[in-house]
Amino acid sequence: MPTKTQQDIDRYARDLNPEVYTSVYGGTKATTEKRHDVLFHDYPDPDLLRRTAGEVKQHTLENLDTYLPKAEAALKANGAQVHFAADGDAANRIILEIMKANGAKSMVKSKSMVSEETGLGHFLEDNGMKCLETDLGEFIIQIDHDHPSHIVKPIAHKNRRDIAKSFEREGLGDYNDDPATITRRAREFLRGKYFEADVGLTGANFVSAESGRLAIVTNEGNARFCMAATPIHIGIVGIEKLIPHDRDLALFTSLIGRSGTGQHLTVYTQFINGPRRFGQPDGPEQMHVVFVDNKRTEVLASNCREILRCIRCGACLNVCPVYRQASGHAYRSVYPGPVGAVLSPLLAGTRFPELADLPKASSLCGACNEVCPVNIPIPDLLLRLRDKAKTEHAGRAMKGTPPMGMYGLLASQPHAWRAAMTMGAAMNLTPNAVMNIIPPAAAWNSCRQLPKWRGGKFRHWMKERGKN
Amino acid sequence: MQDDRELVMSRIREALAPLKERAQYPEYDPELPVCRAHPEFADDWELFSHKMKQVNGTPLKGLDALGQWLAQQGFKLGYCDPALVETVRAHPAFAGITLETTFERSRVDDYTFGITQASGAIAETGSIVLKDSETSSRLGALAPWTHIAILKRARLYPDSITAISHFGDDPSIIWATGPSKTADVEGILIEGVHGPGVQVCCLLD
Ligand code: SF4
Repeated sequence: MPTKTQQDIDRYARDLNPEVYTSVYGGTKATTEKRHDVLFHDYPDPDLLRRTAGEVKQHTLENLDTYLPKAEAALKANGAQVHFAADGDAANRIILEIMKANGAKSMVKSKSMVSEETGLGHFLEDNGMKCLETDLGEFIIQIDHDHPSHIVKPIAHKNRRDIAKSFEREGLGDYNDDPATITRRAREFLRGKYFEADVGLTGANFVSAESGRLAIVTNEGNARFCMAATPIHIGIVGIEKLIPHDRDLALFTSLIGRSGTGQHLTVYTQFINGPRRFGQPDGPEQMHVVFVDNKRTEVLASNCREILRCIRCGACLNVCPVYRQASGHAYRSVYPGPVGAVLSPLLAGTRFPELADLPKASSLCGACNEVCPVNIPIPDLLLRLRDKAKTEHAGRAMKGTPPMGMYGLLASQPHAWRAAMTMGAAMNLTPNAVMNIIPPAAAWNSCRQLPKWRGGKFRHWMKERGKN
Repeated sequence: MQDDRELVMSRIREALAPLKERAQYPEYDPELPVCRAHPEFADDWELFSHKMKQVNGTPLKGLDALGQWLAQQGFKLGYCDPALVETVRAHPAFAGITLETTFERSRVDDYTFGITQASGAIAETGSIVLKDSETSSRLGALAPWTHIAILKRARLYPDSITAISHFGDDPSIIWATGPSKTADVEGILIEGVHGPGVQVCCLLD
């Protein structure tokens, strides 16, 4: 039985599928090492870059009242249309309106964390629009009705065999788990989709207030394809993405590549502040930028505003001992890992109590702060949030989670576990059904689905292996 | 939505009002993001070549080198920027290769390569710079398996700071650092996801 001191996340970690654990642990460790090598190889004092970038972001946030209108004006002057959304629903509605006003029916989309927050994909589908993820990882998440477990590597929890099965199921060729084949099939499939789509949606990693330029980084080139094949470009951007000048982009593009994936620069680093130029045959005739608040101003008003510096590089996830053990889904929200333990409860607004246990999912070892390219004092912020949870008597900060508690109970009884494993298809319904009667879990479940139950295969495999 | 604009702006002002003082912009050395010097390379092109090879790009010096490289590829048909087509066609290496100067989306898979101008390159990172004003077709530079960027030496910048100072007023600037790639599947590097699987930069003096 779970002991009283165990947190939800501990239980999740204990029950994690060993294959998932291996994928997550191996991937995060390798990326952490690469990050370290490339930073120390290139700079005598990488810490100075981190501290400076942190100061630049802090300055921008504390002067957002000047920088945001500045970016808006620069974008408008360049022919882009600028929209503001107070919350996620407003952002989704604005995007739907843009599509309707242009008679658009389908969207190709590159990776954007804020669109995950707003649930844009589901919203558009519910309103009769097609919306296709083009980042390979996000595409796989979409066809699996899964959700990302890492902010940079959304399918960190999957291995090639899982993916090969999904591709086979979706009619993307016979089972083949060679990563090159998987990638080539996705290339061929998505190619046609870009040309069919009416709208290309991207996020932005940074926005220069000086020129309004959206800096968008991808390795695959999918954001670039979205902006070459479709007639309308929509950028969905959290208001915290601003930086003061174009020249600051050198510092930030250098840090995001190195911190996120151990690259000097991400393969495609794009700077966009308007529709295509006269004479250019390809690309959007319209550019829209939607600046999204969605509780960011609440965070700005709080004593945790430093978290808004975050550039979503994922370095803190990769280095975090808790994330490595538990993987991303354990955090039950769009943002996992140390950044998520701070940001998710804050962005939850009145639903803060539901995620108030997350700030406890840390040993406060400080590794996240050490790697953070904008030097966010994550351990301090976690303590401030624990304090908030206590003073607000947020029950969840102390109590266990019912669904995970059940899962824990099941997993700690070998007989019950085996029985559950062989129940097969029934288990596909059970977790969701169970979760929906528990309000916090239902809220989480309302915008996402648990991955299809595939339990039992590992045990079976082990048994078969033992025979040989 | 106009109302939302006012709402967001007023929330920002309210959030910031209690701050007694606001964090200052750190007046940092603009050279801070510049990498350690590489005295072992004779010039920026040597450094660029080295860096581009590190990301599996293909740097080539001069049309002859490009011609030799092309001969090994067995290309038949590609897209070429109309402004470059005369220069390229004049070279014997291109005999027998069809160059089209418009990119037809309906025939996207027919083009085995695309040749466009590089607006610049960054030595420190091995990146090529593509600007909308000088890229004859965004698709021509993106969709074919091989992209060949033609670079004039004067446009080779030492670092990203210098490249940024040459942004000008272009609405779409791309730094491409090697071929398109992913490591989403088990962290294994695969090239040519959506963009080129082969990225060439050919230097013209
Ligand atoms: S908190 Fe820092 S390390 Fe973590 S994702 Fe954000 S920027 Fe990266």
